[in-house]
Amino acid sequence: MHDKNSSNTANFSSNSNATKVQLHINKTTLHLHVMPWVSLLDAIRDHGKLTGTKKGCDHGQCGACTVICDGKRILSCLTLAVMKDGSEITTIEGIANGEVLHPLQTAFIEHDAFQCGYCTPGQICSAIAMLEEGKADTRDEVKEQMSGNLCRCGANTNIIDAIMEFKDKRNE
Amino acid sequence: MKISKQIGKSVNRLEGHLKVTGAAKYAGEYDVPGLLQGYIVNSTITKGKILEIDESAAHALSGVVAIFSHNNRTKLPWFDIMYADMDAPPGTPFKPFYNDQILYNGQPIALVVAETFETARYAATLIKVTYDEEPFETELAAHLDDARDPKKGIATFIKPLPPSANGDFEKAYNDADVQYAGEFIHGTEHHNPLELFTTTTVYEGDGKLTVYDKTQGTSNCQIYIANVFGLHYKDVRILSPFVGGAFGSGLRPQYQLFLCVMASLELKRNVRVTMDRAQMFTFGHRPQTIQKTRFGATADGTVTAINHTAIAETSQHEDYTEVVVNWANMLYPAKNTLLDYKLVPLDVFSPMDMRAPGGSTGLHAIEATMDALSYILKVDPMELRLLNYAERDVSANKPFSSKELKQCYLQGAEKFGWANRKSEPRTTRRGNRLVGTGMSSGIWDVIALPAKAKASINKKGKLKVKSAVTDIGTGTLTVMTQIAADSLGIHIDDVTFEYGDSNMPLSPIQGGSYTTGVVGSAVKAACESLKKKIFKKAKKMNNSTFNSVALEDVVFEDGSMHLKQDKSNFVTFKEIIADNDGKKIKASKNNIPNVLKLKQYTRAAHSAAFVEVEVDEQLGIVNVTRAVTAVAAGKIINPKTARSQILGGMIWGISKALREETLMDHNLGKYMNTDLGEYHIPVHADIHELDVIFVDEKDDIINELGSKGVGEIGLASMAPAIANAIYHATGKRVNKFPIHFDQLL
Ligand code: FES
Ligand code: FES
Repeated sequence: MHDKNSSNTANFSSNSNATKVQLHINKTTLHLHVMPWVSLLDAIRDHGKLTGTKKGCDHGQCGACTVICDGKRILSCLTLAVMKDGSEITTIEGIANGEVLHPLQTAFIEHDAFQCGYCTPGQICSAIAMLEEGKADTRDEVKEQMSGNLCRCGANTNIIDAIMEFKDKRNE
Repeated sequence: MKISKQIGKSVNRLEGHLKVTGAAKYAGEYDVPGLLQGYIVNSTITKGKILEIDESAAHALSGVVAIFSHNNRTKLPWFDIMYADMDAPPGTPFKPFYNDQILYNGQPIALVVAETFETARYAATLIKVTYDEEPFETELAAHLDDARDPKKGIATFIKPLPPSANGDFEKAYNDADVQYAGEFIHGTEHHNPLELFTTTTVYEGDGKLTVYDKTQGTSNCQIYIANVFGLHYKDVRILSPFVGGAFGSGLRPQYQLFLCVMASLELKRNVRVTMDRAQMFTFGHRPQTIQKTRFGATADGTVTAINHTAIAETSQHEDYTEVVVNWANMLYPAKNTLLDYKLVPLDVFSPMDMRAPGGSTGLHAIEATMDALSYILKVDPMELRLLNYAERDVSANKPFSSKELKQCYLQGAEKFGWANRKSEPRTTRRGNRLVGTGMSSGIWDVIALPAKAKASINKKGKLKVKSAVTDIGTGTLTVMTQIAADSLGIHIDDVTFEYGDSNMPLSPIQGGSYTTGVVGSAVKAACESLKKKIFKKAKKMNNSTFNSVALEDVVFEDGSMHLKQDKSNFVTFKEIIADNDGKKIKASKNNIPNVLKLKQYTRAAHSAAFVEVEVDEQLGIVNVTRAVTAVAAGKIINPKTARSQILGGMIWGISKALREETLMDHNLGKYMNTDLGEYHIPVHADIHELDVIFVDEKDDIINELGSKGVGEIGLASMAPAIANAIYHATGKRVNKFPIHFDQLL
C-alpha cells in the first residue's frame, strides 16, 4: 500500500478552487463550498445529505436524479452545482407537506407504483413538474413525457395509473 | 374486535411511505463520519497479465489517500473454498486483486481511495496500466464444437441437469406426421438494477465491521467477508434494508463489497465504493445461449418426440449452469425425448442467474416450436397445448403437487378474447400496421430450502418477527408481516418484521421465486412455536381456565387465545405476558422442508400469456399493444404486490423479446453498449395494456403456506408469446432475441 505523502503536486480537491453556492432546497437554504466540477446530484446527496434523490447512471439516461429546479424538472446529474447558485430546488424530501403526503405520493402507494423504490423519487418529481408543463393530456402523452424516467422493476403501468389518477383528480 | 385475516389481502407496501418520501436509505446513503470514497479501475484487456500499474500521477493528486491493487493487497486465503459464496457454481471463484492475471475485460484491477468521490474518480483515470496481452475467445457461436458437459456441484441440486433420454427420439421424430426444427439464439443480458452496486463499510475497530451492502443475501455476504478476510462471523454485520433492484445480480457478493472491505480494514477508516453504470456490466450476466429444437407430432396433434439441446457460455473459472432444456417434457408428455445441455468456457466473467434464468431462455425455444407445429397442423395454438396437457410429469414420472395450468389457458383466453382470433397469419391490419396475437405456456420450479425465523411478543402485545432476508422490491416485508399477523392471530399494526440484517436468523439468498414460500414458512413456524409457549404460560396463570385443555383445543385470534368450543373463555396475549412479569415470550424456529415428501412430486408454478402486437409494415417496429397473463402459483399472499411482480415479469418479457441485449465486440472481447442509453429497456411509452389473472390453486404439499412464488413466472411465458404474436402478425418466425425491426422488413 502506498501511503500518501504530503507533497501535493495538484490541487484537485484543495479548497482554493471551491466555490460558494447557495441552494434553496425544500425551502431551506443550503450554503455549500463545492468544487466547480461537483454535480448538483452529488451536491444534494453528499453535501446536502439529502439522499432521496437517486443516482442510477450519472449520465442523464435514467431519470432517477430528477429534481424540480425553479419550477422545471431537470436531471441533477447533468447539472453542476455551481450553475444553480441561488436556485429554488425541490427534491423528493420536499414534496410532502410536512407529515401530509402529496396526493401523487398517496396515489403511488395505492397503485403500488414501485417495487424497489429506487426510481420512485425521480418518477414523482418528474411527474409533478411534467403536469405543470401542461403539455400532456392523454395517457399516451403522459407515458411519452414520462419516458425519461426508467423503471427497471417494471412498475410502469402502475406508475402511469397513479399519475393519471392524480391528474384527473386535480382537474376535477 | 374481530381482526380480519391478512393473507390474501391487498395490503399496501408497508415501506411505501419511506419510498415515496425519499426516506428509504439504500446502501450508498448512510452518512458515516470521515467517509472515504473509492473508485474502481478495470482492465481494458480481455486476457493476459498486468505488467505494471503506474500510480504516480494518481498519487500526486491531493486528496488521494491510497491505491490498492494486487501489488499491495491484504493477505488473502489460498483456498478457493474460502471465496465460495452460497451461490458459487462448481469451479474456482473469482478472487479480486489476487494476482496479475486478467481473466476478462472489465476485471477490477485497482481501487483508488480518496477524500472525495470526484477526486477518486479523476485519480482513477490517471492510473496507467501496461499489460502482456494473450489471445482470447469470447464468441459462443464460433466455439460450439468445444461444448462439453457441465461439472457437477452443490448447485446441481437446485439446478438439475437434463433427465436422460426416453424412448427412441430419432425414430419417433422420423415417423412423426409433422415436424418442426428450430435454432434459437439468445445474446448476453445484464441485470442493470437501477441502483448502482454500492458498499459502505463502517470500521468499528478491533476487526469489527458494519457493512451496508447492495445484496440479495445478508448472511451470504457475512460468511463471504468473514472467510475471505479471516474475521469472526459475529464481527461482520451486513445490513441491507433497502435494495434498489437486483434481479439476480445480488445473489453473489459483488466485487465492490470485497474492495470496500479491504480498503476499510487496511486504512482503518469508513469507506464507500460505488460502481458506475459501465462497471455494472463487469460482473455476472445472462449467458449467450444457442438452442436447437426438433419436435414431432401425429396428424391429430399429439406431440410424440421432443429434442431440445442448449449450448451456453460460461467463464473459464466456473461452470455456471441453468435449467434450459428440462421444461418441454414437464409441459408436454411426449414418450420420446432427447435433452442435452452443454457449456463452452469463454474468456468472460461467470454468468449469473438473471430473472427466470434458464426458464425464460428455454421456454422461448419450446413455445415457439409448439407454435410453429400448431400452424403446420392447422390447430389453434392453445388447442395444441390442451391436446398435449400433462396431468403428470412424465419426465420425472411424478405427479404434480398441484397444477392449474388448464385454468390459466381458459381464463386467460377468455379475458383476452382469444376465441375471436383469425387463425391465418398476416390477416389483420390497423392502418399500416399488421396485427397479430400469440400465446405461450410458462412454468417455473418451486424450490424448498431451510430458513430460520425468530418471533417474540412483548407486554404491549406487539409481535416482532426477524429474519436476515432482504426485500429487493418483491414485497417481502409486507408479505412476511401479513403471514406473521395471521399465524399468531394478531392485528397487522401490532406486527413488526425486521429483516435485511445478517445478525438476524439465517435466511437463504433471496431469489428463485422461493422467498415467500421458504422464509414465509419459517415465519409461520416461528409463530407456531411462539403459540405453544404462550399456551404453556397461559396454563400456568392463576385461576387459568385452560388447565386441562390441549393446544388443539384453543384458537389464537384477535390478540388472544380462546377455547375452540367457547369463545367467551379467553385470555389476551397482554394478560398472559403481564402474568409473565411483563417479560417477553420468545420463540425461534429452524424450518426444514420435508424433502422425502417433496421428492415424490414435481412442484411448479404455471402461467399462460396472451399477447397482441402491432408491427409497422414499412418500419418493422413492434409494439406490444395488450397482454394478459394468467398465473397459477398456489396461494397468493398479497394480490397487489404479487400482481406487480407479474407485471414486472411481463415487462421483462417485452424487454427480452424486443429490447435488451449486451453486444460484444469479439475482436476486443469487450461489451460495447455499457450504458442505459445503449442498453435498451422499455420506457413508459413502450408499455401498453397489461392484465394479470391469478387462478385459484390449492397446494398442500409445497410448503406450509401453499404459496409458490411469483418473481419469475410472469417473465417465463411473456417473451415467447410475443415472438408467436409477431409470427401471427407478419408470417415471419424470428428465433433470435431480441427481435429487431430489420429482421421484420
Ligand atoms: S442519474 Fe441522472 S439521469 Fe441517471
Ligand atoms: S421501482 Fe425499481 S426501478 Fe422502478
